Amino acid sequence: METVFALATARGKAGLAVIRVSGPRAHEAVQALCGRCPPIRQAAVRRLMWRGEVLDDALVLLFAHGASFTGEAVAELQVHGSVAVVGAVLRALGEMADLRLAQPGEFTRRALENGLLDIAQVEGLADLIDAETEAQRRQAQRVLSGAIGRRAESWRSRLIRAGALIEASIDFVEEDVPIDVRPEVLELLDGLLQDLRQEVAGSLVAERVRDGFEVAIVGAPNVGKSTLLNALAGREAAITSTVAGTTRDVIEVRMDLVGLPVTVLDTAGLREPGDEVEEIGIRRGIERARGADLRVFLLEGPLEPLEVERVDGDIVLLAKADLRLDLTDPTTLPVSGLTGFGVDALVQQIVATLQQRVLSAGVTTRQRHREALVRAVEAMESARVELCKPSGGMEIVAAEVWTAIRALDVLVGRLDVEALLGEIFASFCIGK
Amino acid sequence: MFHVKHFDVVVIGGGHAGAEAAAAAARRGAQVALVTLKRTGIGVMSCNPAIGGLGKGHLVREIDALDGLMGRAADAAGIQFRLLNRRKGPAVQGPRAQADRELYRDAIQKMLAQQGGLQIVEAEVVDLVVERDTVRGVELADGSTLGAAAVVLTAGTFLNGVMHIGDQKRQGGRVGDAASVRLGQRLADLDLDRGRLKTGTPPRLDGRTIDWARLQMQPGDAEPVMFSFLNRAPTARQIACGITETNEATHEIVRDNLHLSAMYGGYIEGIGPRYCPSIEDKVVRFADKTGHQVFLEPEGLDDHTVYPNGIATSLPAEVQQAYVRTIAGLEAVEILQPGYAIEYDFFDPRGLAMDLQVRNLPGLYFAGQINGTTGYEEAAAQGLIAGANAAARAFGAAPLTMHRSDSYIGVMIDDLVSRGVTEPYRMFTSRAEFRLTLRADNADQRLTPMGLSAQLVSSERKDAFELKMQGVQAIRVSLSEHVIGTAALRAAGITISEDGSRRTAFDLLAFPDVTIAQLLPFVPSLQGADPDLCHQVAIEGIYAPYLARQNSEIALLRQGDAALIPEDFDYTGISGLSNELQSKLQRSKPETIERASRLEGMTPAALLLILAHVRKPHQHRVAS
Repeated sequence: METVFALATARGKAGLAVIRVSGPRAHEAVQALCGRCPPIRQAAVRRLMWRGEVLDDALVLLFAHGASFTGEAVAELQVHGSVAVVGAVLRALGEMADLRLAQPGEFTRRALENGLLDIAQVEGLADLIDAETEAQRRQAQRVLSGAIGRRAESWRSRLIRAGALIEASIDFVEEDVPIDVRPEVLELLDGLLQDLRQEVAGSLVAERVRDGFEVAIVGAPNVGKSTLLNALAGREAAITSTVAGTTRDVIEVRMDLVGLPVTVLDTAGLREPGDEVEEIGIRRGIERARGADLRVFLLEGPLEPLEVERVDGDIVLLAKADLRLDLTDPTTLPVSGLTGFGVDALVQQIVATLQQRVLSAGVTTRQRHREALVRAVEAMESARVELCKPSGGMEIVAAEVWTAIRALDVLVGRLDVEALLGEIFASFCIGK
Repeated sequence: MFHVKHFDVVVIGGGHAGAEAAAAAARRGAQVALVTLKRTGIGVMSCNPAIGGLGKGHLVREIDALDGLMGRAADAAGIQFRLLNRRKGPAVQGPRAQADRELYRDAIQKMLAQQGGLQIVEAEVVDLVVERDTVRGVELADGSTLGAAAVVLTAGTFLNGVMHIGDQKRQGGRVGDAASVRLGQRLADLDLDRGRLKTGTPPRLDGRTIDWARLQMQPGDAEPVMFSFLNRAPTARQIACGITETNEATHEIVRDNLHLSAMYGGYIEGIGPRYCPSIEDKVVRFADKTGHQVFLEPEGLDDHTVYPNGIATSLPAEVQQAYVRTIAGLEAVEILQPGYAIEYDFFDPRGLAMDLQVRNLPGLYFAGQINGTTGYEEAAAQGLIAGANAAARAFGAAPLTMHRSDSYIGVMIDDLVSRGVTEPYRMFTSRAEFRLTLRADNADQRLTPMGLSAQLVSSERKDAFELKMQGVQAIRVSLSEHVIGTAALRAAGITISEDGSRRTAFDLLAFPDVTIAQLLPFVPSLQGADPDLCHQVAIEGIYAPYLARQNSEIALLRQGDAALIPEDFDYTGISGLSNELQSKLQRSKPETIERASRLEGMTPAALLLILAHVRKPHQHRVAS
């Protein structure tokens, strides 16, 4: 096993830089630089020397094998954040025998291989590092702490119980398994289906927290959509003009709205297209708006018909408030991108709407997780249908339960038949 | 030195594994010597007088599909046939039969006698002949030598066998006998891991002292289902078994004497099977149960011995007598032979390749209990594969290896070789992930073609199989070509949900409550078709909707199987593999990535790592 090292913080000038060394020779290597290592898990300042030259004064921190991020012996050197200092220390480490520069992601991979993180946790870690907003940070933290694994473990143990009941009724029919297992299996499946369906719905929200919610501004041409986007973004993100049809493609601006990651979409105005290019732009705008998490309709009149349907929770705004005298219509919020009037109220309403949705976020955050859950739900639904038929085949119920278990395995690892037999033997008196 | 006789294959042991191994090798055309201590002991059923059951019945059908002995012998000896799970789906139905011990043994011995190229040698093997790290034959107690290109060892409980009745123990097997020490030492030198297992038997009862009139009787099926694809009906007289139950009085006696039990008194170190607990186990682990079923199984038509299935024990003989007499119908019963537990060593089957050859010693094959399995059926199935492969080695032919997706035999050997055993291994249908396609009813369709290409199958079976398949295919075609409208169905009293899709008669078989008998009137070309063949196609119809899914799962598995790991692959060079996994891999040397994935403790990350190293043998640094 090789010992690897790398700069753990971002490249470039900074107050501090952290260099991490992991592997069997990690402590030895640091000792070669600082002469005398501090005790495990006790930080101490040491002068780093190499070939008679002072490299830097660094804070040195050691972690023991089995009690570190990677699971291996680890050393961390907090050096001054200078490109030259970091370069010198990395060079010195690279000159030592059996040490090499880590591949990108190698520390995490070692943590994974040494069983300190599961795949979902690695994803959580990646998300945490990428987190830009508070909601993302909280969610990534939850994934990293193993929330998916714990929840999947509980689902799986209930599915194994269901599988064990079914298998017992198949393989040990001659034995002392006198009970009808169907009611308990049905109860287990129903409970699981409810949980998993809820998680699937929640995972869509969680994925939004991770990737950002999409909020589309929709309206007729020249109603001020781009001006509103610019007001939200606080910069000139879209070209604005009084010429209808100025925005031809979908313009996206990512922003942090009170801790929520939001991508605001500015779409081409909805009208009879002037040319082929505009037509494509309008089509695309309609598709994106329909797929968005939330639509903000910018209207000049209250009953203006548009090609994009309104969905519960969508926001309707009265456009160009700066040009209006009567702003008392209670069904719409007046807004003016130009003067900023009503923009704060709009932000508040967007955030309130999305925040409500974040409350239902599941622990699963990715398409991959959701696909597994959906496969499991489908299989369990088929199992339930078969189970409820008067002549339903238990072997078919079992096949569906297995499919569900294998689907959930994607989240936490493999299940083997021994686990299932173990459950059977712990529960029943098998054997004649 | 005596004259050396030459054979292609030598099989050591005449139990169920040995008999199948010798017959299979001979069917392939090898000159075979079956070496056994007692010629009359060949084909003896040493434990319960029954063949088949769930999972086990599947194995017997597969043995039969490869033209093995067990199915035909069980049919000849069957005195009570029952298809288990008759009311459940065909995929989980297992044929089972009570067998007359005499008839069974006679049937096996007769088939072996009729098999050309097979010679039975009554002798004791004292050592293997090993030249240049390869097995070349066996040495017998009289000093003579049998030369062979391959040797199949089916030594059963030969290794350090100890029998326990209460605190009495007796050396079983042949330990301590100077001759066997050499063979034992030879095997010890192979550096194979060993484990210790135990198994128990119930006391044998005198049927003449059982009050049968008081008991509930269980007859066989009205329409007996045979094991062999070549047979239609039983030949022996059919009988019924009795059923009774233990009670609180029984349990009290067992509880009061637990300290005298070999197992509970701490006299046994071996691990027993969870699925075959002794009465001591049942009373301790399931203390709230007030009774356990006992099946009273006659051991033969002309034999008054009765095997009380369900009360295996290692209590002292007098305690056995006392508790047995508390059971209804057994108040005055006489015990012919007390029950006992037996402990024995087995070799960790992870030292074997998929063809059951010992990795450390080419030319040596292991089959049966020596690999940690229990049961006649498991032993016989391994014997057949080991024998066929021993012959293949002698001829330089390709080995016959079974896969999890083609057979229960494949599931069993794969489980043994990649996972090893922690308790005596018994087949269950739940071990087979492709259970819907690996059915007892289609064992011939799955395996007889394989048997044919391996020259394991007689021309008689070949003709019967081909005729059957022609009939089956004709029925499939007729049913698949015939679309039946919903209105026509309704008129015939069949209601199915209407979704507008056109359904063929074959599609309709997948609907619950639709039987092939109801559909036949719609398909004129099937007038007069063989009802057995129609039934076969009807079963295919039931599972047709699940075939596509199982096939895609099989394809996935095969993908992993196609990723071969070289035999000499060095795991110690892989950074990132835990020491534990490294040594596990180094020892078991999985042949494919798929099999590596089933090793205990294997992680997806480690698997990726191995795959990466296999694919890029010179690049030892793997980017994440």
